[in-house]
Amino acid sequence: MTSSDQPAISASHLVRRFGDFTAVNDVSFRVEKGEIFGFLGPNGSGKTTVIKMLTGLLPLSAGDASVMGINVRTDPEGVRENIGYMSQNFSLYADLTVFENLTFYGRIYGLSPERLRERMDAIVRLNGLGPYLHRLSAQLSGGWKQRLALGCAMLHEPSLIFLDEPTAGIDPVARRQLWDLLFELSAHGITFFVTTHYMDEAERCSHVAYIYFGKVIADGTPDDLRELPAVKPPGTYRVEISAPRVTRALRAARTIPGIRSATIFGQSVHALIDDSLDLEQLRAQLLKNDVIVAEIRPLAPSLEDVFVELTCKHQAEQEASRG
Amino acid sequence: MDNPFRGFRAVFYKEALHVRRDFATLFFSLIIPILQMVVLGYGIDTNIRQINTVVYNADGRRESRELLDRLKNSDTFHLIRFVNNDRDLNDAIISGKCRVGIKIPVDYSDKLLHAMSAQVLVLIDGSDSSVAGQAINVTTAIGLDESLRRALVSDSNFAVEMRPKILFNPDSRSPNFFLPGLTAILLLNVTTFLTAFSIVREKERGTLEQLFVTPVRPMGLLLGKLLPYLFIGFFELSMLLIFMRFIFLVPIHGNVLLLAFLSLPYLFVSLSLGILISSKATTQAQAMQLAFLTILPSVFFSGYIFPRETMPKFCLALSYFIPATYFINITRGIILRGASWVHLWSDGLALFLMGTFLLVIAARRFHNKVIMA
Repeated sequence: MTSSDQPAISASHLVRRFGDFTAVNDVSFRVEKGEIFGFLGPNGSGKTTVIKMLTGLLPLSAGDASVMGINVRTDPEGVRENIGYMSQNFSLYADLTVFENLTFYGRIYGLSPERLRERMDAIVRLNGLGPYLHRLSAQLSGGWKQRLALGCAMLHEPSLIFLDEPTAGIDPVARRQLWDLLFELSAHGITFFVTTHYMDEAERCSHVAYIYFGKVIADGTPDDLRELPAVKPPGTYRVEISAPRVTRALRAARTIPGIRSATIFGQSVHALIDDSLDLEQLRAQLLKNDVIVAEIRPLAPSLEDVFVELTCKHQAEQEASRG
Repeated sequence: MDNPFRGFRAVFYKEALHVRRDFATLFFSLIIPILQMVVLGYGIDTNIRQINTVVYNADGRRESRELLDRLKNSDTFHLIRFVNNDRDLNDAIISGKCRVGIKIPVDYSDKLLHAMSAQVLVLIDGSDSSVAGQAINVTTAIGLDESLRRALVSDSNFAVEMRPKILFNPDSRSPNFFLPGLTAILLLNVTTFLTAFSIVREKERGTLEQLFVTPVRPMGLLLGKLLPYLFIGFFELSMLLIFMRFIFLVPIHGNVLLLAFLSLPYLFVSLSLGILISSKATTQAQAMQLAFLTILPSVFFSGYIFPRETMPKFCLALSYFIPATYFINITRGIILRGASWVHLWSDGLALFLMGTFLLVIAARRFHNKVIMA
């Protein structure tokens, strides 16, 4: 059935139209087995639509996709047997206990009673749900709800799990714990397809793609993306400028020739500088604009920088092609 | 200066926007009272006209036909069926197809010609007391009038004697009349509302979306949802019947098991209706409004409160599309008139067909809507 070199997901030229609106426009990507694939993009950019297409809930307007070697067009039921899915709001039955929720999903997937008990033991051990087994899921905190939802999604031992914004509204500790769990499961060979808004989560993925208004505009490992020419044009470098009055520093930075772009990050300004302008010259220029600089140091671009650059570039191209 | 009305304009404007955006809510909250008013305005026409009437004319001569013409011209009776024996006459009433049966004896003309008193039997379905009362009054009046007319011509005494006989519910107890119908309405309440809510709740929580990513099939999902509420509906029916029989002392003349059996297609219809509502509504509040929209016609047009005879043509036509119409005929038929399978199978079939039709539409809408949403 599935040979080992087959990708977990292969999507080629996916298109989904709703009337005149093209929600997903010629999207192609490949997710290898065992990867944690981060699928990023602003709200309404088509992330959930892509998930619905890959899970066989939405017919494809054009293109083709296979999930765990099964064609989504011809055998959506087969796809659903082999995947787990955890939706944005941890779709649990609040009026059922943890145990009852797990049992329900086990039955939906047709697990035999022995197998169900076995899997439930394993999941309870892995997710630490033991003490809460007979508590109503409405009474669980966000982090535990999320663990339970993940447990429900992996009860039937899928080798690919879709997580649609799994950490939205979760406290930072639970967020960290979930990611630890994902790494552990990933080490056991489970592939994850994760959508998220958090850039620090994107940094943890082994493979990320960025979708913007229905088009994938970046695809690769986080390190690959940082080296993209659009993000790090030849002859430039990035710096972090710490200054007590950061908004003033930003305004000044934007007037200095040799600074290509500048954005505020917390108490500092991130700027893309031409090689011709060295750190001392930069400090002098800023001082000339009445900006007192605490510190300037070179900086590797973050994924957020990457997506900002790519989005701006994409918008510029769109406008150019329109105008 | 502290203005006590501060913010009024902003809130007013915002609220007006809400109302405009949520047009469906506005529509339903306006249409329901209008519907009620129309129905009550038209429905309470205390002059009962055009009562479905079955005739067994054993005589068949000119005198008997004259009498029938007079009955027809009274506008109270609508002679829809002519039969040739007593059994058919009874069956037409037991099955609920006719409310009044008129039997003209074989010697009717002879007796009149010999200036003797001729008796006409008028069988009246007493399960609806207002219809029964009107039927008695009009037939007696016609009999009296006919007698007077003949008394003026010849010298005979009291020529035509109308003999009304009230079948079923002879003492015209109103519980006997209302409770079987109420059973139908209350059942609708439980089943339609509960199913609609149970599915819409899953929509609100997003668990439905989750279910659709599992291998569960739409029909498996729908039937799994339906069955528990079928049991609840059945339990509710038993409770209502027990209350009716032992607290309100309404005698049950027919077979209770038949009633239980024929309630299955009715529950099926109302559950399917619940599912159809849930395929349309996205919030529980919306589901509530839609469910009320189905309950109201069931109360007004099914014959539960107003006899269908009194309805304007449009409402009467509408009543054929309302499940409660058929089930009320079934409950009143079995409980009051002692009707059997032979009289009621067509009502059961109508309900079953309606239920199937609704479920198929609901399943299809479900499949398209929920997934595409």
